[in-house]
Parts: sequence; structure tokens; C-alpha cells
Amino acid sequence: MPSFVPHTQQEIKSMLEFLGLEDIDELYDHIPVALKLTQSLAITALSSEFDVIEHFTEIGNRNTEDLICFAGYGAYDRLIPAVTKQLASRSEFVTAYTPYQPEVAQGVLQAIFEYQTFVTRLYGMDIANASLYDGASALVEAVNIATSIKGNKSVIVSEGVFHNYRQVLGTFVKGTQTNIIIKTDKDLEDFDAFDTSGTVAAVVVQSPNRYGNLVDLDKVKQLCDRLGCLYIVAMDPIAASVLKTPGEAGADIAIGEGQVLGMPLSFGGPYLGLFALKQDLVRKLPGRLVGQTVDTSGKKAYVTTLRSREQDIRREKASSNVCTNQTLMAVTAAIQLSWLGSKGITEVAANSTKASHYLRSMLKSEGFEFYGDDPFLFEFSVKLKQKVDDVLQRMVDEGFLAGVKVLNEIDGQEYLVVATTEKRTASQIDAFAKALVKADN
Amino acid sequence: MSDTVFEINAAPGGKASSIPLMGDDGEPTIFEYAKPGRKSYNLLDQKLPTTQLNDLLPARYLRVNKLELTEVSERDLVGHFTRLTHRQYSVDLGAYPLGSCTMKYNPKFCDELAFMPSFNTCHPSAPEAVVQGWLELMVNLEEALCEITGMKAATLQPAAGAQGELTGLLLMRAWHEDRSHHKTTVIIPDTAHGTNPASVTLGGYKVKTVGTNEKGLVDIESLKSLLDDEVAGIMLTNPNTLGLFEEEIQEVASLIHSVDGLLYYDGANLNAILGKVRPGDMGFDIVHLNLHKTFATPHGGGGPGAGPVAVSERIMDFLPGPKPTRLGTNSYGYTTPIKSIGRIHSWHGNALVLLRAFGYILFHGSQGLEKISEMAVLNANWLKRRLKDTIVPAYDRPVMHEVVLTAQDLARDNNLKALDIAKALLDEGFHAPTIYFPLLVHEALMFEPTETESLDTLEALAGSVEKIISLSKNNIDDIKSAPKNTPVQRVDEALAARKLLATYDAAIKN
Repeated sequence: MPSFVPHTQQEIKSMLEFLGLEDIDELYDHIPVALKLTQSLAITALSSEFDVIEHFTEIGNRNTEDLICFAGYGAYDRLIPAVTKQLASRSEFVTAYTPYQPEVAQGVLQAIFEYQTFVTRLYGMDIANASLYDGASALVEAVNIATSIKGNKSVIVSEGVFHNYRQVLGTFVKGTQTNIIIKTDKDLEDFDAFDTSGTVAAVVVQSPNRYGNLVDLDKVKQLCDRLGCLYIVAMDPIAASVLKTPGEAGADIAIGEGQVLGMPLSFGGPYLGLFALKQDLVRKLPGRLVGQTVDTSGKKAYVTTLRSREQDIRREKASSNVCTNQTLMAVTAAIQLSWLGSKGITEVAANSTKASHYLRSMLKSEGFEFYGDDPFLFEFSVKLKQKVDDVLQRMVDEGFLAGVKVLNEIDGQEYLVVATTEKRTASQIDAFAKALVKADN
Repeated sequence: MSDTVFEINAAPGGKASSIPLMGDDGEPTIFEYAKPGRKSYNLLDQKLPTTQLNDLLPARYLRVNKLELTEVSERDLVGHFTRLTHRQYSVDLGAYPLGSCTMKYNPKFCDELAFMPSFNTCHPSAPEAVVQGWLELMVNLEEALCEITGMKAATLQPAAGAQGELTGLLLMRAWHEDRSHHKTTVIIPDTAHGTNPASVTLGGYKVKTVGTNEKGLVDIESLKSLLDDEVAGIMLTNPNTLGLFEEEIQEVASLIHSVDGLLYYDGANLNAILGKVRPGDMGFDIVHLNLHKTFATPHGGGGPGAGPVAVSERIMDFLPGPKPTRLGTNSYGYTTPIKSIGRIHSWHGNALVLLRAFGYILFHGSQGLEKISEMAVLNANWLKRRLKDTIVPAYDRPVMHEVVLTAQDLARDNNLKALDIAKALLDEGFHAPTIYFPLLVHEALMFEPTETESLDTLEALAGSVEKIISLSKNNIDDIKSAPKNTPVQRVDEALAARKLLATYDAAIKN
């Protein structure tokens, strides 16, 4: 029987004797007999790690590998250098837990401190936490802060925010009783249509939005000022390296999905919820925060701080229940951002954008139409003649994951949202455009 | 001078006191390594026409202030992060008896599974037909977790235990609403993890706290006094956070059921009972699991975890969706249960964590899983017995996978606090236990050795605890100044909070 238990039979015997027991089952004697399982669980062991790997290889073969990825929508196929993969696999990072004992956790604490610095610089904000689960959970926590500060329970959320994030928000507000009002990005420009009597706790927008289009963040800021509410901006961190940042646009809270900072697509997780806010909201920050301090000898040291915000101390009065987060992903992001540096990340954004503009002009000349005229970065939405699902399937047959199907809830129209990254070459894009013309015929 | 040339101080596997230190300097931040013109990055040649971003986008959308991250060579980058790892304790270095966290050894072959490109290159939005392997794996994992917990169906979406708890409470809420029950409160024991009450509030309920009796178990009389029609349910950990099995669980269940309440099982301590007894058989309807605890997925310095929620038949229609589902033999897709509470995660949960846990379960099978629990319980009981004359257990009864000791007497007689013992253990080459939890035990030290620590390691750990307590009798100041062998000494937590420096930029302005 395979196992990672180190005990020899002799040791087990001596340990039982030490306890005055004869049989291992006696350890469970105090459990009511009626509750005890009378037969083994129906789970068959594979005989070795090699058998497990072979089994997984077989299952893995049922995934279609090597599709050239033009899908995005919050999860992007970006370059990951060997250095990020290897450093993030160091077992000291991988097999530690939450730095409850800072004297033996300076490695993780300092890496998180550096991560927090990177995130504030990317978003132009003051404070970033040590990570949340994913982009959607960052949205939920941001909305919870707004309603807890403003004491009212309505939040306006743009239809341009990824629909899966809005679905997650819709699930969790059933507990917090928050009322979500959906508006399009265009609606948000019509200031007079809004109730300024202070019933709104926050406005949430995403730029680039879920169709890939950029949003005029300054205009939404004006709306927030009129409504006297918090301003929450969702932004991809690669986009934030070149776009006007949430901070520059006057946001109170910036959130995003950090998968693009060194994590493989991995069928959706583990990813990284980015969360940053202005200094004056720091007491409401969800999750962990690392701060710099000194040790008893006066040496610089790092420690988790403002702990009185957290669930283990505030218990039912805590505004967030986050305990375990995505630390290893935050460390990964710190490594990836150190590798990219200021120039590298803007080049990633620029190269991805060049690729998407190259593709869109090619598709345009083939007669395709697109959603919206607003400027876009590395993602845009194509109107298809055929059903999006059918086109996606035909494109798979040609070796492409062509994009993500998105339903516009206002006009009922389906779109194919197409993304290009710094990984897509001219020849791949040429082949993609050709295949899409055929698939949508 | 002693005749002994070598002092044998090793505990195979578990004691990390051999870690060398080179110098006593701090490690600069990555920002201090920056030099204009240095770089690590190199990108693919896409062979695209050259265009400038400024030509593609109107200026009003562009960044105002130039971005500054850092500029370092790859060599400096690798040196920096590798040196950081030398300032970090971990399971791979030594024993990590942090109670309630189940810091067991994480098998290396599971890492290899997570690196398989056939799994980790899949986009989460891909059509069902191209991710049949992933869907099959998730369905099989769901079935295994249901078998282990005695439940009918599960969601794999929750990314951590706390998210699983909140999911469970929303399921409880949805079930009551569907039956037009008006319910406002959830009962939790005074020994509960902090996430429990926080989750209850976020789930829209008020917390009622049930007391603990002299045996360390839920006080049945206290529970009876809390019961009324407003009670939606109870959240329990079993074994509880004192490491004790709630022997009267059947009575608790019938009391809660008598007011149409549901029992919620917090799976933090599932490592004690694999293959022995199941939450479903104890009367629970909703169970969350911590795959990073019980099924050995690495804790990652604080995450990622995975907190799947398994439920009984009467709750399954409320589970989150979309949910990987078997549609026929070797055919998989997504379905959304008819009364689903909705989506929990951006996509399908922490997929690679789920994958590792499934590999771990398949490797062990039913007998291996049982052995895990048996040895975890044996280790905890052995440690309790071994230390009994040195430091007393909070409740002197048979424990399950962890034991809570109290330094109350030591603190009173000799000013030796739980914190001091924890810090001195670091100097001994061990991670500290969980301290000051559960809250109702004074000067609590919660040891969870897990099944992967050997008898030698336990003996060395117990020896270190004895040594610390014995030393403290003559030289308490020495213990109070521990740790001394660690990269930094006791840190000033109050200063960190009083003068918040949470970024390098804030620190250099200081």
C-alpha cells in the first residue's frame, strides 16, 4: 500500500504500547459505534506515483492540446520565462504557510511586500493587499467595502464588466443584501439620468471592458463625484502599464485579474485577485497586508499588519472572511514583474496591441464588423454571421481557440471576443484570419 | 572538553537546526537592485509591422505618469529571490506542527501532475469538446469527495475554506428560502475558527454562540437554550478545534433538525477521520473540505487552497453552476442545477489545486486514506502523552489529529508564555504550533504533528519543548529573547501597525 507515512510496524507497536493501547482502532473507541464506517471507502489505489502519472497522461490526452489561443476575457495566453517558473517552484515558497511566525517567514513576507509595491505602482494606488482569490472575488470585496462605508445598499455596475465576475457578485450579494444596478458604459455618460440623493454606494467600471473597448474613466469619475459614491475600476494589469491608471482617473479602489503576471491558463486557476485602494480606506482593506518594521535588534523586518481588520480577530464583525489567499501567485507575479521591468511590461502591452490591430484591419478588409468604435488594446469583439458556438467548433478543427462567446445583454446579440498577446505571430494571425473567413461563411 | 566529538542532534526529516547562515545582513528589496539600462526580459519576435502605441490610441486614454517597476539583470533577480527562500521556513525543511493547518508533506509527484501541459495550457472558456479531460477529472474528484464525506454532490468552485464556508451558508439560505422558512441566526461554538462567524455575517445571518462543556465538547444544555424557529443551522468542526471528537453529535443533529435547521461541517479537521466516520453519517447536510490540508496540496506561503463544498441530496439542486457533469459514458459537459445559487469563482475553481488533490487521493486509495488518519491521530496522542508531565493538555482526554496544550501554569509561575515557547521552538529548528487559539484556552499551544512526521521527529520536538521549559526555570530572560538563530529576531508588530509602511515607496519616504 503506497503511503508517505514514515512509521515502521515496530514504531507503531511501541507508540501504541506507550499509550497503553493494543490496537490502532482503539484510538477511535470514543466515537459512537453507530457512526463508524463498516466498510472501506470505494476508492481504489493506483499502485505507485508512476501509475498515477500514467493515468493522468491518459485523461490529459482527452484535452485538445496545442490549439493556438485567441481567447482572452480575463485569462490570456502570455509568455512565461523559465526564470518565473523555476523560482516560483522553489519549495520554500511552495510548502510554507501563512507567515504567522515572521522570524522564519521573511522570505514570503518580503516577496509580498515587493508584490504590494508593484501592484500600487501599476494601478497608481497607495495600498495593495497580499492577494485575493481571483478577479471576481476582488470585485465582491470592493463592493462590500463600498456598502459598508456608505451604509447604503445600491451599487451601479457597468455591463462592460466581465459577465462571470458580475455573476459571482450576484451570488454573494444574496448574503449582504446589496442591490446591483446594471448600466451600459454609454448610460454612465448621461449624468442627469441618475439619482443623486445618495442612494448609490459605488460605481464599478472595467477598462478595457469585456468587449475590449476602452472606457473614458475621467467621465465616470465625474459621475461618481456627482453621486458622492466610491469609484471602483477593474483593469487588466498589463493594460494598466500603458493606460491611464485607476489612480490617475481618481478611483478609490482598483481591482483586476493577475493571471497574466506569470501564471499559465490552467483551466481557470489558481489565478490572482489584484486589490488596491487609496490610503484613507486602508482600515477597510480585505485580506492580509504586509508592512515593514524592525526586530528587537533594530534590523529591518517584515510582518503582516493591521491584523485587527481580519476575521480571526474581528470574527462576526469582520467585513471580509478571507484567510487563505493566493500568496504563491502573488510571489509569482513579483518575480514576473521583476523580470519584465518597466520596459518589458509596456512592450508586452504594445506588442499585444500591435497584433490585435493588425488582425482587426485584416478582418475589416474581409468585411467583418465589430462591436463599438471606441479604441481598443489587445482584444476586440467580432460580429459573426453564423452562430458563435458553430464558428468556435470549426475553428477548433483548424487548430485555433478562436475566442470567447459573449452575449450582449442589452441588444441580445452574440459576439466573438478575440484577444492577441505578445505570443501571437504574424503568420499565426494571417492563418487565423483566413480560417475565420472560411468558418463564418 | 567533552569526550563526545559529535553531538547527534538530528531528527530524520523533521528538525531543521542544521540550516546554515552566511552573514547577518538583510536582503535588499528588488527595487534597490535596479539600475537604468539593466534588463532581464526578452520577448518573442512576432514579425509584425512596426507601429507605435501612440499612433493606435488617443492620448487621453494613455498613462500620465511613466511606469517605474524595476530594472534588474536576470542574475540579480535569481540571486534575490533565491536568497529570500533562504529566509523562509517550510514543510520541506522541517516539521511544521501548526495546529488546524495540517502542514503535512506535499508529495512531489503531485507537482509534476500540475506541470503537465495537457492540463495547464487549457483556456477556461474553451468549448466542452476540447476540455473533456479536465471535465472528467473534475467529475471523478467530485465523486471521490462525496464518497469520503458521505454526500451526494459537490461544487469544486470555492478557492479556499472561507469561500467554501460562505458558499455553504448561501446554500443553507437558499434551501430555507425555497421552503419559505424565515430564519435569521446560525449557531457556532465558542471554539470556532474566526472565518466561521465572519462567513455567517456575510451570509446575512446573525451569530449565536454555543458554549463548550467541561469535556471540551458542545454544551448540549447551552445549545438547547439557543434553539428557536429563527435558527437556520449550526456550523461545526468535528473533530472540533480542541482536537476532540464531538461524541454527542447525533444529539446535536436531532436538536438542530427539530427546529428545521441544517448542520454545516467545517472540513478543517477532516484529516482525523478519513475512512473512519463521515460527516454525512453524522447528520450533516453541507460540508466544505480544505484540499490544501487533508489532501496535501502545497499551502504556497498562504495560498492557493481549494474549498469544495459537498452536500446531501436535499441541497444538491442549489449548488453553484456551471458544474462539470457526466453526460454519458466518456462524455462530459456543464450543467447548472435548477435552483442554483449561482457562480462562486471567475471560472471553475483553483483547477490545478483540484488536480493535485485528485492525484493524492488516487495514489492512496481507501486503505491509504485510512492509514493517513490513523497515523495522524496516533502521532497527536503520542505527543500529548509524551509531554503530559511537562505541559498539560487543556482537556486530558483522547484527542484526534491535534492536541491543545496550555501554558497557563508556566505563565503564572514563571512568566513563560505560549508565545515564548513558540519563539524558542524556532531556534530549535521547528516551526511553532498555533498559539492563543482556540480563544477559550488560556495560553494555548495547538500542536498538529500530521501523519508524515516520524517518531524520531516527535521525540526531538518533545525534547525541545522540555528543554525550553527546563531552561526557562533558571533563565527566563534567555527564552524571552528567542529566537536568536533566525534571519530576524522578534519583530515589532505594534510599530508596523502604528506606522504603516506597506510599500517600498512608503518606506523610502519615511
